[in-house]
Amino acid sequence: MKTNLHRISGYAAALAVALLILPVSSLVMASDNTIMLGAAVSLTGKYSTNGKHTKNGYDLGIKVINEHGGVVIHGKHYKLAVKYYDDESTPARGAALAERLINQDHIKYMLGPYGSGITKAIAPVTEENKIPMVEANGASLQLFNKGYKYLFALLSTTDQYLAPAVALAAKEDKHINRPVKVAGVFQNDPFSQDIRAGVFADAKKDGMKIVIDDKLPADLNDMSATLTKVKALKPDLLVVSGHAKGAALAIRQIAEMKVNVPMLAMTHCDSAGIIKKFGKEAEYTLCASQWDHTLNYKDKYFGTAQHFADLFKKTYGYEPPYQGAESAAAILVYAKAFEHAQSLNPTKVRNALARTHMETFYGNIKFDKEGRNIAKPMVLYQVQDGDYKVVSPEKWANGKLRWPTPMWSKR
Amino acid sequence: MLDNVLILFHHPVFSVDLIVNGMLIGAIFMLAAYGMALVWGVMDVINIAQGEFVMLGGYVTLFVVKMGFSPLVGIPISAIVLFGVGWVIYRLVIFRVVERDVFTSLLATYGIAILLAQLLNETFGADVQTVSTGMGTWFFLDNNVTVAVIKVMAFVLALALGLLLWLFLKKSRTGQAIRATAQNPRAARILGIDTHHTFAMTYSLSAALCGAAGSLAVMAWAIQPYLGLPYTVRSFMIVVVAGVGNLIGVILAGLGLGVAENLAGFVFGAEFQIAFVFLLMIAVLVTRSTLLRRQRKYLR
Amino acid sequence: MKLQHYLLILAVSIAAPFLMHNYLVQLGFVWIMVVLALSWDTTGGQMGYNSFGNVIFFGIGMYACAVFQRDSGLGYFPALLLGMGIGGVFAMLTAAILGNALLGMRGHYFSIGTLGLGVAFGELAGGWDYIGAGSGMTTPLYHGNLETRNLIFYFLFFAWAILTFFILRWLYRSRFGLAINAIRDNEEKAEAMGIHTTRYKVASWIISAWFLGVIGGGAGNLMGFIDPKDVAFSDSTFGVYMILMAITGGKGTLWGPVIGAVVFYTSQELFWTLLLGWQRVAMGLLIVLIVLFFPQGILGWLRQRFPQRFAPDSKTADE
Repeated sequence: MKTNLHRISGYAAALAVALLILPVSSLVMASDNTIMLGAAVSLTGKYSTNGKHTKNGYDLGIKVINEHGGVVIHGKHYKLAVKYYDDESTPARGAALAERLINQDHIKYMLGPYGSGITKAIAPVTEENKIPMVEANGASLQLFNKGYKYLFALLSTTDQYLAPAVALAAKEDKHINRPVKVAGVFQNDPFSQDIRAGVFADAKKDGMKIVIDDKLPADLNDMSATLTKVKALKPDLLVVSGHAKGAALAIRQIAEMKVNVPMLAMTHCDSAGIIKKFGKEAEYTLCASQWDHTLNYKDKYFGTAQHFADLFKKTYGYEPPYQGAESAAAILVYAKAFEHAQSLNPTKVRNALARTHMETFYGNIKFDKEGRNIAKPMVLYQVQDGDYKVVSPEKWANGKLRWPTPMWSKR
Repeated sequence: MLDNVLILFHHPVFSVDLIVNGMLIGAIFMLAAYGMALVWGVMDVINIAQGEFVMLGGYVTLFVVKMGFSPLVGIPISAIVLFGVGWVIYRLVIFRVVERDVFTSLLATYGIAILLAQLLNETFGADVQTVSTGMGTWFFLDNNVTVAVIKVMAFVLALALGLLLWLFLKKSRTGQAIRATAQNPRAARILGIDTHHTFAMTYSLSAALCGAAGSLAVMAWAIQPYLGLPYTVRSFMIVVVAGVGNLIGVILAGLGLGVAENLAGFVFGAEFQIAFVFLLMIAVLVTRSTLLRRQRKYLR
Repeated sequence: MKLQHYLLILAVSIAAPFLMHNYLVQLGFVWIMVVLALSWDTTGGQMGYNSFGNVIFFGIGMYACAVFQRDSGLGYFPALLLGMGIGGVFAMLTAAILGNALLGMRGHYFSIGTLGLGVAFGELAGGWDYIGAGSGMTTPLYHGNLETRNLIFYFLFFAWAILTFFILRWLYRSRFGLAINAIRDNEEKAEAMGIHTTRYKVASWIISAWFLGVIGGGAGNLMGFIDPKDVAFSDSTFGVYMILMAITGGKGTLWGPVIGAVVFYTSQELFWTLLLGWQRVAMGLLIVLIVLFFPQGILGWLRQRFPQRFAPDSKTADE
């Protein structure tokens, strides 16, 4: 027993030594003309599809900035680079990795992860460490009522996603003499639940009646029970939100069960690739999007939105979903902030970020006091003849709303 | 919740829809459960990776379809591929844990389950995947009861496969060896049965059944790398209720579970459907152990 | 164990946060992991009831603490400390309520039953609006100096780990330890010898739950965001980690889980990120390999290899 303990204490000492060597090894940093950004994104786990879109967006942004000579501060050219970790699609890991990026890798500028849940987990860490974070994939309203000072979001918040769809339903249904019936199916995660709050608030304001309010589990594989309810209660508007998974499943099962509903609105259609996967069955679906390649925004790095889309497709072999676009734009925002601040001090960069007012291929960017982008509206697509057509806002519409969706027997 | 019950009350036709569709899902649960019962009965191993085998079977079919073949070809191919996977996993891992304690085999198969789920996620991504068979849908009762033809086919095929396996176990030499080993492995070994071969056969057969189930699942429903565990739990529950080695019981319990799950999803809301499955399992287990306790008292 | 060894460990543990203040959060996490492994081993290793669902107590502690912090209106630290205590109490209550029903099962049934319990709790928490449902909960932000807070967290968790260790050491050396070991070795015989097995089993689960519940409250605050399925009731992370750590170190020993937790967590922090994307696959592989080739764990292996040096001391039971 005695020697046993010698062993253990020797072991403990060895461990302590090992731990002490660590900080030294992490001091070996990138060369001094590179600005390191840090990001934990979902490369594995349930958000990995969108996590990869996010990473691709960041990488493309970095590549283009560096090709344009990087960032100039006091006449010195800096290249940008990102240090990635995989958050495994779990908030706990995300927060731990943010901690690690800031404290061990000495990252001074953070990029957001994918998804509201993980952004919610990382934001307190960056806030407490006073490190700015520009994020492009956390739209939950709850991120912007906490008074975070170091969080900047490029995207429109969740309350705006499907507001145009509700407005369209109100407009098209105004001749009927009863309250418009709304059915909602939302996945049980921070993002989708926020969409739910937004849609129902808008619906109530317009005097609509909520007939179905279902939550879907995160391990979603069947929504037929809910769709049976839709058949029974015949709503005028069906809203579905459940990331890429929810979108794919909804289209499939609605077609399979031949659920007739005059208007179907959802999120994440393009990242789910519903047109490619389901063809004709996806027709008439309304989709919320942060961005579209037909919008006429432009900037000096990418050119127009269409140029970005072409470059993205050339680089990664698929059409850019808006997650890719907004992530690439996040890099542009940082580049601009560095040049504005003319400093690498995180607080100065933060202040420059707060003053951001710029146009990118992705849209105009200007942050309000809470750090959300107020200069860019959402767009609403409709799937028409195998393509996404913008139907709202009218300013950019390149298609006319097709309403109501015909019965399945006539499609 | 109450309004959902009221809907069923006002439109009873929808309960027909829920029950019919529930039974059709149940057939797929049944296949996986039958495999689990086999492995449990013969080897006394609970294979937590059962659900992952189902998912893997689905992905094989998905791959077959992407190669341009008909999804129906995918059913035998999935079964054969999974048979092979089962064989390899048996030779690498399971044979080391067959005669060790329960916890070892549970944890080892849990490890395999995590490994497979993550590999699938790495290879195919985390998206929900489906395969369209283009077989259309049948409508009854004023379009209120919808039955996808593929689900009916899945149902029939699942029953046929179950029956085939039952015949195989009854008639063939290998089947007889499997049954003998289940009754008493030591005696079987003494009588000249290569029990390790039999175990390997059993485990692979179970995997093949899961492969077929997964193939049907990807056509009739949807698969996703992380949906394995619910299938494992369902199989476990079915076997606990039906008893090991009771084919009719497994079929009935499978169909019953499908119906119960579908109705629960409707009444409590979809967010509690998975919770319902797991709580039902706990309820089943607790009932079982209480009943057993009572029996023990009687014996005393 | 001699006093100077304890003192050495104490000295290293006290010095560590000051020498490596960049790693404060991770160091704090080491103690959380130690408590997870130690408390799992109470039922899993010492009593032979291999629970896959002890993570529920961790999650209950997290939620109870966070709800208390949200609604009590107390200052940061009073709310945190009271909340952790309340977390522990809720976890104990849950164990007491569920104990009788679940611990009546054996073998397969108990393991899979508890596995189901973990998933069911996650699903239920995800549907309950009072605790944020699927949106999860954010723990209160600390407005003072971050380093101070993390230092306080570190010592809080350290103190709790020490407490857990010594209480368990005392328990294992008492009649209680003998009873639960007897249950592990042969439950029928233990019962025949007149041991009230059910009482001991439930008591052991309650103790395990208490340690987990308290540390859960603290862990929730260290992470800052509680998600029902990915953080609080996460079978595939903390749920498996606690089992794996106990086995890696040596199941059914006192030091084993401690060693396992330190080794597992350090290697995870060191190497996990190098596997970019493949770490969960590695995790599955690791479980299989450890179960197949290293089931006795580090301490068990040392005992086999160097029986004289590491054999358990008969006087001090299983140390």
